[in-house]
Amino acid sequence: MTDDPRGWAARVRVIVAGQESKPDRLLPVLRAMQQEFGHVPREAVAEIATALNLSRAEVHGTLSFYQDLSEEPRGRHVLRLCRAEACQAMGAAGLAEAALARHGLAWGETAADGSLTVEPAYCLGLCSCSPSALFDEEPVGRLDAATLDRLFAGAAAS
Amino acid sequence: MPVPEIDYGTPAVSSDRTVTLTVDGEKIAVPEGTSIMRAAMQRGVVIPRLCATDSLAAFGSCRLCLVEIGGRAGTLASCTTPVAEGMVVHTETERLRRLRRGVMELYASDHPREWLSDPKLAGNELFQMAAAVGLREIRYPEDVTTHLAKPKDESNPYFTFDPARCIVCSRCVRACAEIQGTYALTVAGRGFASRIVASEDDGFLASECVSCGACVQACPTSALVEKSVIEQGMPEHSVVTTCAYCGVGCSFKAEIKGEQVVRMVPWKEGQANHGHSCVKGRFAWGYALHPDRILEPMVRARITDPWCKVSWEEAIAHAAAELKRIQAAYGRSAVGGITSSRCTNEETFLVQKLVRAAFGNNNVDTCARVCHSPTGYGLKTTFGTSAGTQDFDSVDHADVIIVMGANPTDGHPVFASRMKRRLQDGAKLIVIDPRCIDLVRTPHVEAAFHLPLRPGTNVAMLNALAHVVVTEGLEDEAFIEERCDPEAYAEWRAFVAGPHNSPEVVEPFTTVPAALVRQAARLYATGGNGAIYYGLGVTEHSQGSTAVMALANLAMATGNIGRPGVGVNPLRGQNNVQGSCDMGSFPHELSGYRHISETATRRIFEERWGVTLDPEPGLRIPNMFDAALEGSFKGLYIQGEDIVQSDPDTRHVTAGLSAMECVIVQDLFLNETAQFAHVFLPGSSFLEKDGTFTNAERRIQLVRRVVAPRARYADWEATVLLSNALGYPMHYGHASEIMAEIAATTPTFAGVSFAKLERLGSVQWPCNDAAPAGTPVMHIGKFVRGQGQFVVTEYLPTEEKVGPHFPLLLTTGRILSQYNVGTQTRRTPNSLWHEEDRLEIHPHDAEERGIRDGEWVRLESRAGATALRALITERVAPGVVYTTFHHPDTQTNVVTTEYSDWATNCPEYKVTAVQVSPANGPSEWQQSYRALGECARRIAEPAPAK
Repeated sequence: MTDDPRGWAARVRVIVAGQESKPDRLLPVLRAMQQEFGHVPREAVAEIATALNLSRAEVHGTLSFYQDLSEEPRGRHVLRLCRAEACQAMGAAGLAEAALARHGLAWGETAADGSLTVEPAYCLGLCSCSPSALFDEEPVGRLDAATLDRLFAGAAAS
Repeated sequence: MPVPEIDYGTPAVSSDRTVTLTVDGEKIAVPEGTSIMRAAMQRGVVIPRLCATDSLAAFGSCRLCLVEIGGRAGTLASCTTPVAEGMVVHTETERLRRLRRGVMELYASDHPREWLSDPKLAGNELFQMAAAVGLREIRYPEDVTTHLAKPKDESNPYFTFDPARCIVCSRCVRACAEIQGTYALTVAGRGFASRIVASEDDGFLASECVSCGACVQACPTSALVEKSVIEQGMPEHSVVTTCAYCGVGCSFKAEIKGEQVVRMVPWKEGQANHGHSCVKGRFAWGYALHPDRILEPMVRARITDPWCKVSWEEAIAHAAAELKRIQAAYGRSAVGGITSSRCTNEETFLVQKLVRAAFGNNNVDTCARVCHSPTGYGLKTTFGTSAGTQDFDSVDHADVIIVMGANPTDGHPVFASRMKRRLQDGAKLIVIDPRCIDLVRTPHVEAAFHLPLRPGTNVAMLNALAHVVVTEGLEDEAFIEERCDPEAYAEWRAFVAGPHNSPEVVEPFTTVPAALVRQAARLYATGGNGAIYYGLGVTEHSQGSTAVMALANLAMATGNIGRPGVGVNPLRGQNNVQGSCDMGSFPHELSGYRHISETATRRIFEERWGVTLDPEPGLRIPNMFDAALEGSFKGLYIQGEDIVQSDPDTRHVTAGLSAMECVIVQDLFLNETAQFAHVFLPGSSFLEKDGTFTNAERRIQLVRRVVAPRARYADWEATVLLSNALGYPMHYGHASEIMAEIAATTPTFAGVSFAKLERLGSVQWPCNDAAPAGTPVMHIGKFVRGQGQFVVTEYLPTEEKVGPHFPLLLTTGRILSQYNVGTQTRRTPNSLWHEEDRLEIHPHDAEERGIRDGEWVRLESRAGATALRALITERVAPGVVYTTFHHPDTQTNVVTTEYSDWATNCPEYKVTAVQVSPANGPSEWQQSYRALGECARRIAEPAPAK
């Protein structure tokens, strides 16, 4: 048995044990890990593969495909800014770049205090309220600079 | 010229119904379910494609194979669209040309422009398709940098992955999953960032990849390509031949440039492997070119002398003179020969002929003695034929598969892939093995039951399974009544139904919970077609023959014999174990398993050979050593077997050899046995000769000469020279003439000839007037012996028992990358995966002894001691340790004992009572043996000219 100092492997076994025995359990397991740890640690991939009797390659392929899943720890909060066509047409690009510059962050980066990660998204289905974003699980529409600053500040405060 | 191969784009479909369609104005009739792409190819219409190849299920991702169909709107992918009655397909229209060019332009857009006109890439499908769709210019900007800057992965010793050339068509990913069943590759990321990675982007070598090469073969762009092709360039011509590793018998195209083999590519038409292979067959053939090959004959007076290189004439004359001298001094029976399961049927037949006709005795035996002789005995007794009952294709029809004492994913990987496919399609698996082999649980495959019995209790386990079948009324009574001997059945039934055979009573010694055994027995008896596959874990025991018969009993009792999907099948370790046994290599049997005491059989050979044959069986291998130590056996001709490393109780073997006066070794290398030899004859590899091998499914396949013998003679030619020098001339101009003699003297081979093998690709014996095209499945309708013979199989515990001094049980096996005693694979980069033998030990046993992972341990039995490094793992149960026997430095067989199968003397390799303790390094024996080896391998410098 490999070392498991952070208890990830043990947690995987518990999560898998709680799943219904279906052939396509991988996504629910990955989502559960993501929810619990904020990411799916690489150290857990082998254990997930073993528990579901998949190859490590299969787990890695699925994990790296979905943007909702991440292999690296993210901030306590995640802000996803839409960069798809409708939002771009409403000035999303400039808005986002300016906000990132104000707060000293780049796409995909996490703030130094670990409060926030900003990621791009390609259509959140909120085109009627462009430019739009997703703050953690909450949709935010008709973004402007002030709203964005409020979101950044809110993240830093909690 | 390369042997032509047609890629139909999608796999063949079998259906009773035929569908007729029109493709580009031509009417085509194909089985229902066939893709449009395949149907078109049947008329020679090649529809452009990148993600499709006929070894993989249609995928429909590249969008290059679009076609138009009359009456349907839009364009459809011809790979994923099945044909329909009356369908009218157009494969070339202006619209399609435009679409395909557009798709191809996108593919090409992130590849360097010059690749499209690089003549070195002419064999590359990407290049060919660009030409086929008429792509001339690319309108997209050239500054896209996605995958082009990614470094090459050169970690695998045999192939390179260059992401810059990759189009992420996923053929490699699908080949790994669908053909090999390992699932080691994936597409990581998405969109422009998507790329092929092994495992978690570990690099191929460190990943789950088993290096079978299916991905390399499937790659259309040379992103995955053999390093030998990069170094030597594309091959120019090819020869179809048969692999010389395990008993699967894969068919290969040996692809050559000039006189150099560039690569081995599994042959799609190969009836045993259907275009697949493993790391050994595809890649590990470099030993044939290794500088350790001895290419000149050598002689010496004493084994302590250095070797002296001589001409073939001198070596043969010396060997013949010595054999004659020994026979004159010690009698006709003082010499003998050992045939090899690595050599061809023709070579094996000649060695036994040499012994019987030229030596004038029956002292001939084969290395099959130490592996599958109990199979021969057990299956002949019960069914009437010393061979497995099925062809490999039969597994596609199996519903319940028992794997016992075999580790197919390591020992017979190509068949294992086949079996895994069937298991994923719904067949159930029962593994009976002390060790948790990969098949017990491996991605997408999980055994329904693993019965981890204690080594040495096979017969008790099989009797318990049979006990459940008969006492729970699960027998196939109709089959038994129609097909089997009623008296023998009644006796067996009464025996096996006895309470002492119940799973509950045997549980204390098998250590397998009775409830598991009961469930497994019910599954096998009632789950549909039940197929048994077994290996040396069944045969290499003091009750090896008993266990084989117990398997046969089980199959007969449940009616699982005589049709596709069932049967009892040995997985043969070596390429030609079946053949070497068929060819009359045993001291008591002439070819076709006919006893030497049968006058009529002897007469056939006596007339043909012009000699009188001794009706008494000769010496078996272990008896040869005993006789040598007694002083009555003094000369031995050994072709292609390393008995010092492969036979049990090494110290007895070496003492026996040391007592002989003329040991003739014919081999590729100065192997361990050559240390005790007086004459060395250089052998020829399978690439250097013509002949046939017979695989585990009785399939006889041609071995074709790819390059000239490096040491001048094929092995059979050397045997002819020796026979001639002994005064018994043999007259063969070609190996096919030897097969003609085999066919003329052996009823089961009567219909075999090289011409027929050329025509049919292969045949499975029996092949005669009754079955001119051979016999894929045996015992259909009637057993070869008439009625199936149940045999009472009383369990007798081995005398090899654990005790206070030796409390653990050692069992042995092999690993994927190495082959047997490693003579070949150790001389290839395969050693990267397995550079030394390790002792697997359970964490509990390790902790008790203060043993840590990777440290040296002393492994001791009453026969001897050796040392190796420990590998702590839960694959083995507490009380059991396991190791491989691939490396001569380990000398595993110093530890194994002289116990052997009661019927055939097959050694009890699989059970040895041992103690394991921490050690500082190699044992005294290993050190002195290594020193001896260095001394015995010296080759004298040629004497200076006077």
